[in-house]
Amino acid sequence: MDALLQQFFNIDIMVQAAPLIFRGLGMTLLVCAAVVPLGLAGGLMVALAGRARSRAVRVVVAVLVDIFRAAPPLVLLIFVHAGLPFAGVRLTPFASVCIAFFLNNSAYYGEIYRAGLDSVGAGQREAARSTGVTAWQAMAYVVIPQAVRNVLPDLVSNTVEVVKLTSLASVVALPEMLYSADMARSLTYNPSPIVLAAAIYLVLLWPVVRLMSRLEHRLGG
Amino acid sequence: MDRGALFLDTFFKRELIARYLPDILKGMVVTIEIAVAVVITGIALGLALALVRSLRLRLINVPLVVFVDVARALPPLVLVLIVYFGLPNVGILLPSYAVLWLVLSLVLAAVAEEIFWAGILSVRKGQWEAARSTGLGYAQTLFHVVLPQAVRLTVPPLTNRTIAITKNTALGMVIGVPEILNQATTAQSFSFNATPLMMGAIAYLVLFVPVVIAGRWIEARFAWRRA
Repeated sequence: MDALLQQFFNIDIMVQAAPLIFRGLGMTLLVCAAVVPLGLAGGLMVALAGRARSRAVRVVVAVLVDIFRAAPPLVLLIFVHAGLPFAGVRLTPFASVCIAFFLNNSAYYGEIYRAGLDSVGAGQREAARSTGVTAWQAMAYVVIPQAVRNVLPDLVSNTVEVVKLTSLASVVALPEMLYSADMARSLTYNPSPIVLAAAIYLVLLWPVVRLMSRLEHRLGG
Repeated sequence: MDRGALFLDTFFKRELIARYLPDILKGMVVTIEIAVAVVITGIALGLALALVRSLRLRLINVPLVVFVDVARALPPLVLVLIVYFGLPNVGILLPSYAVLWLVLSLVLAAVAEEIFWAGILSVRKGQWEAARSTGLGYAQTLFHVVLPQAVRLTVPPLTNRTIAITKNTALGMVIGVPEILNQATTAQSFSFNATPLMMGAIAYLVLFVPVVIAGRWIEARFAWRRA
């Protein structure tokens, strides 16, 4: 038992690693501040393009969404970070993370918005149009607000997944929380720093996870 | 060299495709094996946990909910690294593919438990009462009346989450599981060319695009019609 505590909950090592890990947390939050809005905006574009009048646009969007939903995010990230330099496109780890996750998250958020837009009856748009507003105004002020409200739990739940996803950035040496913790682990030969990082993820995400599971149970019941 | 040729030479170089195809195919087999194992153990364990939870024993349910929440709140890569680097230090040596299987199974079990539990809760109380009043026991009611209705509701969300979690087999690259991504990055570092990465990406698409499309079909087929 004592060995277990020494291995996973070594307080001395955690205290030593804490400054590094908290600096990593700053980077994690910065990455989130970039990729969550990018994904939300990209997803909305994907969902709107998915209902374009042109069949060609709809088909292209559907194929892209399937591709970026099928490719694991880590594969996209490695491809952008390690593959594109061969084509002369050299990106910083931060930019690679933003691009790879923008592609992945837009596809996922897009599917959620799509369900939301489908859930708003055609009568809403027609009624809005009949009052004289333009198609875009009807979309922006009548349809989208209702669509977003209908799928809010799914948007929140996907955002939790996005925050968890940012830990993959450690693989391309972006010094976010997991990268910092893993560096401390390799210096101390002790996994306690990663446990500390895990605890911080837990503090950030547990309240949201708890809220979501309450919402899900209420929807089910 | 013109642009088209340069592009082909960078991402689709024929000699490299021939040289590394066997490795990528080997990686695909490993990815499929781990993914199938994760789906089986994860969903079975998740269903078992949801059934245990339906007994409503506080002593069991509190740790169970804590486990589920923790597994849902932590990034899988964090769990993979803790288990991979932590267990050897306390005398448990697991090969890297076993670590990946174990962690992803636990994560899927947690997610599946939540979904099954929501499904069980969604079956109205009257169903339980009606079944019990005909003389069925608790287990009979659960297996013959409640679960058949609950599982139908759980299929679409479970399919989605299962696909997302099996894609995490790519995390095996970080701890040296010889799956697709690992084979591709290794080949890339030897060949100094992006072709192996493109092959790896295509291998994932070959595996998962059909799964994503099937998932969408299942979602539509089992759609939860709100009254």
